[in-house]
Amino acid sequence: MRWGVAVFPGSCDDDDVLHCLRNVLGQDVRTLWHKDPFPGGCDGVVLPGGFSYGDYLRAGAMARFSPVMQGIVDFAGSGGLVLGICNGFQILCESGLLPGALTRNASLRFVCRRVYLRVEDNRSPFTRLAEPGELLEMPVKHGEGRYYANPATLKQLDDNGQVLLRYADAAGEVSEEANPNGSADGIAGICNRARNVFGLMPHPEDATEAVLGGESGLKIFSSMVDEIRRGSGS
Amino acid sequence: MLVKVFVTLKEGVLDPQGKAVQNSLHSLGFGAVQDVRVGKYLELHMDVSAAEDAEQQARRMCDKLLANPVIEDYRFEILEPAE
Repeated sequence: MRWGVAVFPGSCDDDDVLHCLRNVLGQDVRTLWHKDPFPGGCDGVVLPGGFSYGDYLRAGAMARFSPVMQGIVDFAGSGGLVLGICNGFQILCESGLLPGALTRNASLRFVCRRVYLRVEDNRSPFTRLAEPGELLEMPVKHGEGRYYANPATLKQLDDNGQVLLRYADAAGEVSEEANPNGSADGIAGICNRARNVFGLMPHPEDATEAVLGGESGLKIFSSMVDEIRRGSGS
Repeated sequence: MLVKVFVTLKEGVLDPQGKAVQNSLHSLGFGAVQDVRVGKYLELHMDVSAAEDAEQQARRMCDKLLANPVIEDYRFEILEPAE
């Protein structure tokens, strides 16, 4: 099983993802430089957090046109598993792989804190090892994470079970207080209709070892590993 | 040829930046301000001879990169250089 982690100028969480996959989960991982064409032979791809291309114009707007992204869009189109974290989520929305957009936090402040996420749907390669309603705890750190989509799109996301994670409080209730950025319907992470592309603002890679304060981010990566293993029959 | 591009948030998309500016204006005594929307302004200096060409290219640039159609609208003006 082989993973690719995209690296753009301005990416800053790529090493955290590499550490998680390579050292915590024992996966074969390589970095994918933005200027290089997307190589074959990847089973899973991660777009890490950061500020690709300085986040100029709009967060994620330029990264979408990089050579590696063109290949990742094709990879996603053929059913490949793609996980976008934070800036990666913004890139997936800008690329049209996920609906909606991520906009300036309602508070106008950069938020950096731990949040609870309620698993809304486990029928996905990214949440299959979690229980519906299960609470995951991991950090958010972003200035532009307020998920926006028009009402018709929000309804579609709900109807198709594409909202995989919502911000919640410690009791598992989705509320305005628990929502760190003003996202529509408390949405923290969504997948595409085909369920092979997932974007979320919180950082699962920063909650993968007890020393980091928790391991619940592993649920996301382990679910993907499990899915790939089943798919490849190995 | 100079193309002036204006990118604005769609109606209905919350603009917290605009709200903050509005609050500041109110505290400066400009109570008449009822709403503020913050947008982007870009100047494209283009080496084309026909305005139609500039318009066509500007539209494609806006659709592809300069505006995000999910949250933004755009319009542009084309200024031909004085002879």
